[in-house]
This record gives sequence, C-alpha cells and structure tokens, in this order.
Amino acid sequence: MTRIGLDKYEDFYAKRTGGMRSSVMRDLMAVIAMPDVISLAGGLPSTESFSAKTLARVTNEISMNESAAALQYGPTEGLEETRANIVKVMEAENTLADPERIMVTTGGQQAIDLACRILVDPGDAVICEAPTYPGAIPSLCSFEADVRQVPMDDDGLRIDLLEEVLAKLDQEKRKPKFIYTIPNFHNPAGVSMSRERRVQLVQIARDRGLIILEDNPYGQLRFEGEQLPTLYSLDEDENVIYISTFSKIISPGIRLGWMVAPTPLLQKFNLGKQAADLCPSTFAQKVVNEYFKEARWQDYVERTTEIYRVRRDAMLAALEEYFPEEATWTHPHGGFFIWATLPEYLDTADLLALAIEQQKVAFVPGAGGWVDGSGKHHMRLAYSLVPEDKIDEGIKRLAKVIKEQMELYKALKG
Amino acid sequence: MSKKIAVLKGGRSLERDISLKSGHRVEKALTELGYTVEGIDVDGQTVKRLKELKPDAAFIAMHGKSGEDGTVQELLDILGIPYTGSDVLPSICCMDKVLSKHIFKASGVPTPPFYAFNRDAFQELGAVDAMPIIGDELGFPIVVKPAAQGSALGIRFAHSIDEIPAALISAFSFSDKVLLEKYMKGRELAVSILGRDPRALPIVEAITKTEFFDFEARYTMGKADYVVPAEIPEEVAARAVDISLDAFKALGCSGFGRVDLILSEDGALSVLEINTIPGFTETSLLPMAAQAASIGFKELVEEILLAALEA
Repeated sequence: MTRIGLDKYEDFYAKRTGGMRSSVMRDLMAVIAMPDVISLAGGLPSTESFSAKTLARVTNEISMNESAAALQYGPTEGLEETRANIVKVMEAENTLADPERIMVTTGGQQAIDLACRILVDPGDAVICEAPTYPGAIPSLCSFEADVRQVPMDDDGLRIDLLEEVLAKLDQEKRKPKFIYTIPNFHNPAGVSMSRERRVQLVQIARDRGLIILEDNPYGQLRFEGEQLPTLYSLDEDENVIYISTFSKIISPGIRLGWMVAPTPLLQKFNLGKQAADLCPSTFAQKVVNEYFKEARWQDYVERTTEIYRVRRDAMLAALEEYFPEEATWTHPHGGFFIWATLPEYLDTADLLALAIEQQKVAFVPGAGGWVDGSGKHHMRLAYSLVPEDKIDEGIKRLAKVIKEQMELYKALKG
Repeated sequence: MSKKIAVLKGGRSLERDISLKSGHRVEKALTELGYTVEGIDVDGQTVKRLKELKPDAAFIAMHGKSGEDGTVQELLDILGIPYTGSDVLPSICCMDKVLSKHIFKASGVPTPPFYAFNRDAFQELGAVDAMPIIGDELGFPIVVKPAAQGSALGIRFAHSIDEIPAALISAFSFSDKVLLEKYMKGRELAVSILGRDPRALPIVEAITKTEFFDFEARYTMGKADYVVPAEIPEEVAARAVDISLDAFKALGCSGFGRVDLILSEDGALSVLEINTIPGFTETSLLPMAAQAASIGFKELVEEILLAALEA
C-alpha cells in the first residue's frame, strides 16, 4: 500500500503559500487562447499600434552608442534619466514628484508586491475596494493579509462604508497597514473616484495616520471629462504611496513601472527590490529614455487613447443593443474595462464555460476581484485589444448566452 | 518499418488543457518505444491530415466533447483507422451519465438513485413542480451534475430545495442535460480497467482536501492524496472489481477505462460513471494504478495501443 501525495514537496512549502489560489481563467486558458474565440478577457494594450520603425530606431541608437551601459547592471532605484522622465509623465497629470522619491520597478505589479512584502505581516488588515485588481490578490494572500473589501459605486470607493470598516477595526484595536485603491478607470470596475471622495480619503488618511497605496496605471488614458487630481497630489502629509507604470503608455513588455514614496518607506522598498531582482532592466530603461528624447510619448498616448475610446463606444453601444434589461454596466471615462452586473442567480464562471463552448466568446468572471470569491454575478469586459466589429459580435454572442440562461432560470424557479 | 501512430489531442473541449498534457506524455512514450509518432491538435483539417498520413493506428488522447463521446471514433471508423479505447456506441453511452446510469440500472450494476432532465423538461413541461417530490425521494444534499462533462466541472450540491435552481443553472452551463443524484457519503474509489481481456488494476482511493474530488483537486498537485491499493477489506475490493468489470462490459467498453465508485459508510458500493478516456497526466489515476501493478507509463501506453492494433 502506498500513500501517494503527488506533491512530494508538500512539507517544504512556506506556510504563507497556503493562501495562494489558482484562477478560473488559468484553467480555461488553453481554450480562451484559441484564435476563433473573441476574447473580451485580457486587458491588453494595443501594442500593434506602436511604430516598429520607432522601436528599431531607438534600439539601434542604444546598440550603436551605449551598448555597454545598456547591458550592464544599474542602480536599484533606476537610472536618473528614467526618474526624470517619470517626473514628466506625472506632470502630465498635474502631479509633482521629486525624483529622489521615485524608485523604478519591474512593472507596477512589482510595486504592489513590494508594498505587501515591506508592510504586511500575517494577519495584518489591508483595505481594498470591492472588487479590487485581481492581480493584487496573489500578493495580498501570499503575505497572509486580512483583506477587507469596501464596495464602490459610480463615484468609486464608498467613503461612508470605508469609515464603517475603519470603525470596526478600531473596535478590534487595529489599523489597516494600507488602503489600496485604483482611483482612475478602475480595473476591473471601470469607475473613477470622484474629486470629493479623493479629498475625503486623503483627509481620513491624515486624520487617522494611515497609508494609502494609490495605483494609477490608466490615468493618462482619459476619453472625456476633466482630469481628476491624483491622491498623491492632494496629500500634504506624506501618507500616499503612488504606483504607476509604462505598460499602458508605452509597452507592457518592457516591464517598467515605478513607485513614489516618502523617504523612509522608499528606503525599505529599495531593500526589498534589491532582494527581488537587484535593479530594473537597464536595457528597458534605455529604450524608454531614448524614446522620450524624441518627445513623442504623449502623441502615442493620445493616439492609442483615441483607439480605446472608439472601442469603448462600440462596446457601450453593443451592450445597449444586446444585453438584457436586467443587466447593468459601468460607463468608464477612460481605461480598458467595463464592469457588467447580471442577475444574482447567474454565476459568471459557469457562464464563461458556456460562452466559450457555445459562442466562442470570453470575458473575466467577476469573482476574481474578491479574495473570498464573492462577486459571482459580475463580469469584466475588456475592449482595449479588440476591433469594433469583433466587439459588437462578441457582445451579441455573450448576450445570447446570458438571455438563454435567464430564460432557463425562470423555468427552474417556477 | 516502425508503425505510424497518430496521437489525437487538444480540440475545443473545456478539458483541452488536460488533453494537451495527456497527448504530450503519450507522444513521448510512443516515440521512446520506437513508433513513428505524429501529434495532431485536432481542428478542421484533421480528417484531411489523417487521410494523407494513413497511420497504422490512432491513439486518442482527447477528453470530453468530440474525443470521448463517439465523434472522433465514428470518423476513424469511416477512415478505417484502428483506434485506442472504446468504440462509438460505448463512447456515446459513457459520455452521457444519464444513459450510462440507465444501462447500469438495467444491467443490475448498482448506481445512486437519480433523476435526469434536459432544458425542455423545465421550459416546456414545468419540471420545476416535480422538485419537491425529488427532494423527498433523494433527500438532501442532492448532487447536481451536467450529464456530459468531464473533470468534475459544473458539479454542485443543493443542500435544500431553495438551492436547486442555482445548482441546476450551473450544471446547465456545461451540458443540455443534467442529473440530480442522491448524495452517497463515502470514499471515492477508482478502478482502472486495462487489456483486450479486461482486467482491473489496483484500486486507487482519492482523499481530497477540497469538498469533493473537484477540478482543483484533480489537477493541482497537493490538493488530493491517493492511496493505492486502497485500504479496504479484501472482500470489498473484490466486490468493487466485480462491479466495475460488470459495468465496463454492460456498456460495451474495450481497451481501457476507469470506473469511479463510491464506497458508502454502510459498505455498499455504487458506480458513479465510467470514463472511456481517463487522463494520462502526472496527476491522473490510470497511470498511477498501472504503476502500482508494476506497469510503467510506456508499458501502459503500449498495451493500450496494441489492443487497438490487434483488434
């Protein structure tokens, strides 16, 4: 008789890995990736619109003139020139940043992970929006955070409900280690935090001595409405850690993002990054810096933002035309995502299986935005990488599946 | 001249990923055994490709729709290509849990009591009004399953009559037919069958850390432990083998397969289903059972292939 635990390394895993979960997306990935599936799933930027000639010119320039430096290690906080360029990017959102307070990271993703690594002990409370960015959940779980999620509405994070959560933690004599928020064109919810609530949130952090982790990957991709101040720009008390990235304004493949933080925090993050990967890619930074010399970065952002706007409009029109009246959805003023809400009895993870098999259309089930798997009747729809005609067709097909299931449910309920 | 074998894998079922893994391992094994192997990720060109290739046999490593339900078997019959595992009719029957359970019942193979419905039963005939009767008959919790789906996708438990609609709508996401089955609390046993003259391999018990032997438990290492041979009294093991072989023969299966049973707390055994193309991945039960009988993976793959070639 043999007892076979197929994972012979089971006794070796650190306790904190117990919280790691696989996602439903991963299980179905092989089918979603098939070419005839209309995928409204991945929030991929439109990299095919980046000029290949420009890329060739930039990399050639680096290879001919700075190859030794480009191939070499660099400082953990990132090259001075990179940080100077980051200051320019943030200026475009009316946010002043001191280059000495900036650390270049391997994507915004690393910044989230480092924040958890440096700030979260097992059991520490962390506050997130409900839903939150699904990509933050693995880091939060692997550092065993006690995540409290606060609902949003069309104006973003519900400050009144946040205060309730904070009051509850007060009763337990606890403070959250940070409040994680994506104020602009939220992934996955699409909404943005109103100006009023931004001011309130910063005030709360000041009054209570809390840290806000502001994640702003999409802020530059605005279609309409006035630009809203970053929390970082409203903060006068050094309570905000700001995260952003070049992923949606230049390229996700170069893996460059950044965090801006008060000096003591930055020093610790620096240590964390040294331990993680020594330094950000020098080569990738050189590509970005050379690109910035041509002073075209905002043109590209404008061009792609227009592409995304047209696609958003196509998706909103299609939703209006095809989706059942019981469904609701957000109207993002920028970014990549629309968040749809279906009747509560529908489980969008199950719906995904049906949608892929029968209609060859994919999306992201909403439950990925919650640590506890709630949110089963929501779905995230991405319009960034799909041409308008496919968006229309995709939503039409998806609507068919949803309506059939709703009809069926009526008969099941009686 | 070594024999030419086409390994059919992939396709569009929800188990595509599992199938690609199975296919890859089988290809590797057959290549090491000296066969000339062509792996085919099935698509619209597959029949054409098979006509060009003229393989001596096809090793079907597809799971679920199109691979395990008689579709590809029928095409291979038309092309005159011998293939591994069961023929068209048993494949159709085993893929459909409702059909197989009716055949079990008719043949005296014990299986948990059940009721089955398609969408029309609800939408055209008002089956919802039969739910209270079913609740009384089967007791709670009721296991609600899609009739035709593998890897435990879409299986839900209804703990009360109010939970039935949600469980049904889930199951209906995976199949047009669903069944409501009496929940048999007990141990999950898998009896793997192998050979032209079907014989049972050592029984594997799956001990899960999840609620039941679900998708996550099956394919994530560490989510389930396996005991082989299962720690059960000899008499029970012998009965399990008899029942499994009876079920296998009643459905007309051949070549290989896996019978899933529940051993209830009162010692009764019942068959849940037969899988005519169980997985060949590193977490799969058939290779595990074969290993326990000192049949290595390559040997296992070859025996399955030879059963097809010599048929």
